Order: sequence, then C-alpha cells, then structure tokens
Amino acid sequence: MRKAVVTGMGVITPIGSTLDSFWASAKAGKSGVCQITRFDVSAYDVKIAAEVKDFNPDAFIAKKEQRRMDMYCQYAVAAAKMAMQDSGLDMAAENPDRAGVIAGSGIGGLQTLEIQHTILREKGPGRCSPFMIPQMISNIAAGMIAIDFNMKGPNYSVISACATAAHCAGDALRLIQRGDADIMIAGGAEATICGLGIAGFASMKALSTRNDDPAHASRPFDRERDGFVMGEGAAMLVIEELEHAKKRNARIYCELAGFGMTCDANHITAPIEDGSGAGRAMSLAMSEAGVTPDQVTYINAHGTSTPLNDKVETLAIKRALGDENARRVMVSSTKSMTGHMLGAAGGIESVVCAMAIRDGIVPPTANYEFPDPDCDLDYVPNTARQADVKVCLNNSLGFGGHNACLLFRKLA
Amino acid sequence: MAIEDKVKEIIVEQLGVNADQVKPEASFIEDLGADSLDTVELVMAFEEEFGAEIPDEDAEKLTTVGAVIEYLKGKGLSA
Repeated sequence: MRKAVVTGMGVITPIGSTLDSFWASAKAGKSGVCQITRFDVSAYDVKIAAEVKDFNPDAFIAKKEQRRMDMYCQYAVAAAKMAMQDSGLDMAAENPDRAGVIAGSGIGGLQTLEIQHTILREKGPGRCSPFMIPQMISNIAAGMIAIDFNMKGPNYSVISACATAAHCAGDALRLIQRGDADIMIAGGAEATICGLGIAGFASMKALSTRNDDPAHASRPFDRERDGFVMGEGAAMLVIEELEHAKKRNARIYCELAGFGMTCDANHITAPIEDGSGAGRAMSLAMSEAGVTPDQVTYINAHGTSTPLNDKVETLAIKRALGDENARRVMVSSTKSMTGHMLGAAGGIESVVCAMAIRDGIVPPTANYEFPDPDCDLDYVPNTARQADVKVCLNNSLGFGGHNACLLFRKLA
Repeated sequence: MAIEDKVKEIIVEQLGVNADQVKPEASFIEDLGADSLDTVELVMAFEEEFGAEIPDEDAEKLTTVGAVIEYLKGKGLSA
C-alpha cells in the first residue's frame, strides 16, 4: 500500500500568516478575535470576528490577478505558495501529470456575490463583472493553484461546509494511495467576514454575541460558551507519496495515515445527539491506520464553542476511544484562538497536528475557565503541553451532517 | 482630463500594466496581456466612465488603445 506524508504547509490565519508565526501564537494561546473592521456592524447583533490582519496579497499575487480573485481565493493561493516553498518541491523537475490539487471553500466567494448583487440591483445586469462567476465559485482556487504550479493531475474541490478542508486532504490521501498522483496540494480557504456572512450565521444563532469581550468569546468546552466566532483564512498542505518524498530527501512532518468519513443523516445543521456520526468517523480513521484507541496522543477537536457541538463531540470521543482512553487523551480546540475558519478549519487543524507531532507540543484550548459537566475530558486548558505526540486525530464536522476525521502519525 | 488620459488610466488599472506600455497602437490581447474576459470588463469600464453604451458589434472592433480613443471621440464624448 502506498503511503502519504505531509512535506509542506502554508497558512493564512487570524493569529499569523506564516507557519512560524501561526504556530507561535497557537502555542501561546493567543486570541485572534477582535471587533469587526471590514464593514459597519452597527446594525448587527454580532460585532466580532477573527480577521486576518497581516495579509499582503502583493507578496503572492500580481495586481491584475488580485482583481479577478475573491478574497478566499487570494488566501488559498498565498497559502499554497507558502506550502510549496516549505516543501522544497521544484515543479520544473517533477512530472506535472503526477501532481494535483484538491482545495475547497465551504461557502466560496460570498464577498464577490455581495458586491455583484449590489451592482445588479443598482446598475443593471450589463454591469455585472465577467469575472463574477470565476471569482465566486468554490472550486476556482484549485484551478488557480494548478496554473501557478503547472500541476496537470487530479484537480477538484470537495465542499462539505466546515469539513471541507478535511475532506480535501482525505481525498488527496486516497488519490495517492490509489496511485493517481504522487504530489497533492490539499486544503481549504474561507473569507466570509462580510455582511451576508455574519448576518446568515447570526440568524442561525450560531455565533457568539460576547461583543464586549472578543478575546474571550471563542471558549470551546467551557460552560459559558455561547456560539462560534467567525474566522477566515486558508491552510494548504503538500501531501506526497512516501517513497517520492524519500527519494528527494524531503523534510517529512508526519504521515497522513487514516481518513474516516460519515454522515449523521439527522438534521441539516444540528449534530446527532449521541455523537455516533463523528464517533464512527474517528473509529474508521483509526481502523484504517491500524491504530488502537490507547495509542492516540492528541485530538484536535472540531470544538466550535457552540453549546451543542462541544457536548456532542465529547460524547463522540468517548464512543470512539472508550471512556478510559477518552479521559486520558489530550483534546484541544485551536478555534479558541483562530475562530472558526469554516472551510479552512480542517486544513489549519491538520497543520496543528503536524506541528504537534514535529515539536512534541500540544497547543491549548484558550479561554477555558468554567468546567461543564457535559464536557469532562482533558482539554489542555490555557497552557500548551509537552508530550511525545505519536498519533493525532483531527475532527471536522460540517453543516449537512458531514463528519471527517484525519489521522496523522509520527513517522517511525 | 483628456479622453486619452482617462482611457489610459483605466487600462493601467484594469490590466495591471505600466502607463508607458499603453501606446495608441497597443493591442489589448497581443501587447497588454488581456484575455477575452478582460476585454469585456474594459468595455464595461469605458461605458461606465464615459456614460456611453457600446454595442457588442462596436466593442468587437475596439482591439487597440487607439481604436478606443478614436471611437469615444467619434461619439463626441469627453471624460
């Protein structure tokens, strides 16, 4: 069986837009949540989000290209470029037919839609941009990245809301296992901190309204949690066939050794109350990798900070690992710092797993103050912990009942 | 601002080219790196700026910087 390893990573996040700055912030428990600056929020119930603050598109994308790209796509391309640089791959020396991209966005170019819809209403159909459609479709980032690197192998997007990037990475693993490609860029991107994005999620009562204390608003597993905080950004991973990586003496972060996917088949947005859907995704990922629950060191939880998710995910972890192992394993939600990066979440949280394995450090769940009887695991509260991290699970759960779990393992 | 200057400004902005590349004989596609979608957007920008309707059959002929300037002048428009 062909194996897949992670050899490069690139990130754009609310707590740092380089791999190093992001990881330093994540280990330090730094919050990226602030008052929304992108638009006037006076009429909105929700006034906070985790905005990307230090993104300079000029460093990655020519001016002309920027104009035809939604913000989400700019984030995606920038993260992919950093991931490729990190991997040390030289595409001029690779077979382009054996390299591909699976990158998605949970929602796509919402800001573009918002702007163009206003133009349609105010100026009529003849003024809508010829770039509107290619700008807003959720699959365009995968196409753009392929153009940048001349990757002519498999190329598409998996769209599964907040599980998007995890499904993209999991599918990349499958393609490498099957022999369809040797090199895959995989991940997700999102940029929905705009009126429509905030209004839509706020109407669902999914967002935290802790407007007077943004830094403490995202508090996964804490009793006082009141919803997720919208984040944004991108994370891309270079996933490579093991022998291919070895042959070029690549620096290998870890193995991507398992992928489980299930559906709750229960409700459009609410998770099934017994945690069975997410639990089974974890079991499938462990089973594929030949890992038993006692071998799992760390779980990067979906941990959105909504009342229901965190309770149900706790149950799911107990179902998958058994009570004893569930109480022993370290669980943290880095959404406490990044906010919920939606379609990019599974990507950035895969990056966290790979870095935890590389450095032997588990980042904390920030803002953890008040224990909730429904959430009774070790959430690594507030302070990072040193540990020999051998096996990590990364849970990603999306509206639609989509559950994806990736298993990362230290290379022996 | 003269029509020439305004047209130039729009082209520089939309196509991300240097002002000195925007010569009258420059072709949008051959010389300035535009694709078919860029040319549609350019025509829209000219329509918007000069308050003119440019029918598709006219737009097809506006392949160079000079052709655009002559066309707009011929319609008696000013910036």
